[in-house]
Amino acid sequence: MPDGMSASIDHESRIVLEPAAPLSIPDVAEIWRHRDLLLTLAVRDLKVRYKQTALGVGWIILQPLLGAGILTFVFAKIAKLPSPGEVPYFLLAFSGMLVWTAFSSTLGRTSSALIGNTQLISKVYFPRLILPLSTLLSTLVDVGVMFLMLAIMFVVYGRVPPWTVIFIPWFVFIAMALGSGAGTLLAGLAVTYRDVQYLLPVLTQMLLFASPVAYAASQVPVHRKLYFLNPLAGMIEGFRWSLLGVGDITFSGIVYGTVVALLSVLVGCLVFSRMERTFADVI
Amino acid sequence: MSSDAVISAQNLSKVYSIQRGQKGHQTLRESFMRRLRHPLARAEREDFWALRDVSFDIHGGDVVGIIGRNGAGKSTLLKILSRITAPSEGRVELVGRVGSLLEVGTGFHPELTGRENVFLNGSILGMRRAEIAKRYDEIVEFSGVQQFIDTPVKRYSSGMYVRLAFAVAAHLETEILIVDEVLAVGDIDFQRKCLGKMQEVAGSGRTVLFVSHNMSAVQRLCRRAILLRNGKLEASGNVDEVITAYLGHLRDTAATAFSGSNPDRLGNGALRITSARLLNEIDRPATHLRSGRPGTLEFAYQNAAGVRTANVFMTIYNQLGVACTQLDMSLNHQSARDLGATGIFRCKIPNVPFPIGEYRIALAVDVDGEHADLIPNALVFSVESSTFFESARTPPATYCACMIEHEWEHQPDATDRDPASSKESAGTTATTSDDAHPH
Repeated sequence: MPDGMSASIDHESRIVLEPAAPLSIPDVAEIWRHRDLLLTLAVRDLKVRYKQTALGVGWIILQPLLGAGILTFVFAKIAKLPSPGEVPYFLLAFSGMLVWTAFSSTLGRTSSALIGNTQLISKVYFPRLILPLSTLLSTLVDVGVMFLMLAIMFVVYGRVPPWTVIFIPWFVFIAMALGSGAGTLLAGLAVTYRDVQYLLPVLTQMLLFASPVAYAASQVPVHRKLYFLNPLAGMIEGFRWSLLGVGDITFSGIVYGTVVALLSVLVGCLVFSRMERTFADVI
Repeated sequence: MSSDAVISAQNLSKVYSIQRGQKGHQTLRESFMRRLRHPLARAEREDFWALRDVSFDIHGGDVVGIIGRNGAGKSTLLKILSRITAPSEGRVELVGRVGSLLEVGTGFHPELTGRENVFLNGSILGMRRAEIAKRYDEIVEFSGVQQFIDTPVKRYSSGMYVRLAFAVAAHLETEILIVDEVLAVGDIDFQRKCLGKMQEVAGSGRTVLFVSHNMSAVQRLCRRAILLRNGKLEASGNVDEVITAYLGHLRDTAATAFSGSNPDRLGNGALRITSARLLNEIDRPATHLRSGRPGTLEFAYQNAAGVRTANVFMTIYNQLGVACTQLDMSLNHQSARDLGATGIFRCKIPNVPFPIGEYRIALAVDVDGEHADLIPNALVFSVESSTFFESARTPPATYCACMIEHEWEHQPDATDRDPASSKESAGTTATTSDDAHPH
């Protein structure tokens, strides 16, 4: 039925392939056309995550619990750091972990999204941005579960969140934005420079200690301006302020974090799009 | 672009810059240090033009074979057309949805079930979820793995895996379909199924681009063909003409096989082959043999180093690149003794056992257990008519690398003389047509 076929071809299905332009912006319409793939890949990541484990999905709950437990043990019991405003230290650590997870999981997953799918890149076409994007669902699930756990802890501790709790989503959002912007940039770089995958864990660990995850920012005695140059500091403290009513927070600090996060998304996407069409040649 | 072309390539080029003496990925440090040492110099790079200035138009409904030797640029062309990589120069216009099958089972995840992988692989190939759901039953039916569809594919045999993967691919319905040599994988049954499906697709009015080394498949499927050579478009048009041009090239390369500049030639040079020729059944130089008849291969040598003994052997490949057989002096405890300064090695085949087709000889001479000379393309010849079997037919190269003499017998069971079952036991008169090969 060649006749019917040519009749069904309209101008929208005409594609022109040309040498990669020096500057290109992500083709949002093209990504939208591939939304089914985006969803399928995201669901794939979720499905295969805890295959061949005994505890299975239980790890989603166990990991943050163990993490916050260790931080509490080391920083509250051994180092005897105080918790501001009578907040249980575990809650302080857990809320820090939540924002940290939103950032670091996003960063880790997006940055390895390309080199973890080399086969796809060299054998099929799709907008490459789909790969880092598809990892976001997994992080959203992690963060969502942590929110549920937080709600349960509030009940257990008999606490009522202040009205400022409505700002919480914003801090999680900009933490994820920062992570995905930086992660997307690194994902592109990692195609050419595999060093990224060795460098990143070290940097992430440094950043963990340079952020008020295991402790409150009020414990930092000197160089506080310098300390708050780390955009995560403001995000975590902002989150604690919204949820627990304690935290070092300034309006300019929030604006700073937001601007840095959105800037990282912009730069990440632009650099990624610039490199995108050569991935298959290099990877 | 002419009005009804659905693929139009204009001056398409692809250049890869290869860093001299460098393998694998560069590290940040290497990259940084190089910049530090030579702040102005561009890194020492060589340009490799995988594709150069290629232009062609393909019309809607055309089934086009893309042929050429390894490294001719076929894969690069496919990768550009399927949008995996961008051209370095030139442009392509494509009209219609493009589906490409450069591999069977791209993105299959071992931990997921067959069902989940059908959806995953389908989406990766560019199908919409609803589209896959609609054709799901058909896909599973085609694959023949219904029973195991809810088992993780890591428990599949490789055959099941490939069948399921191909089933998904076979149901990809785009206006333009680009297919790399997926037929090269899998068992013969599977290859036949693939070819059958390809024929179906080819007859359905869709535009198909098909890369293969299998000339008989190309000839069967395609009406037109494009021949690439060293990244350039060498010929395009009617499939038979283009294949003839391609086979001509193979002969050309054989003609220069013995020159010092043959890059494929190996060996330490203790003894060198200087020419090769083919003699037919009446000992006349020829370019083709007849199967079932005698033939002789002659190789002249030059023995500058005064070598005393050597072992000469060769492998004969068919047009599919399959090694048909090896002819080796040492297999019969023979060797060439008392070699002169020059001379001739002669190998007689009393009864040429190859089906009709094109063949290539890779020749090697060993002296003291080391290759003195090794020429992968020493001679190209064809086998034309045949008297090997009484029918004068030969099996297609896809199913037969080398023919052997054989006899069939048939004995019906004494207890079972029911005429109704005689249909199934009519072995003595059984003939096989070209399309039905028992396995």
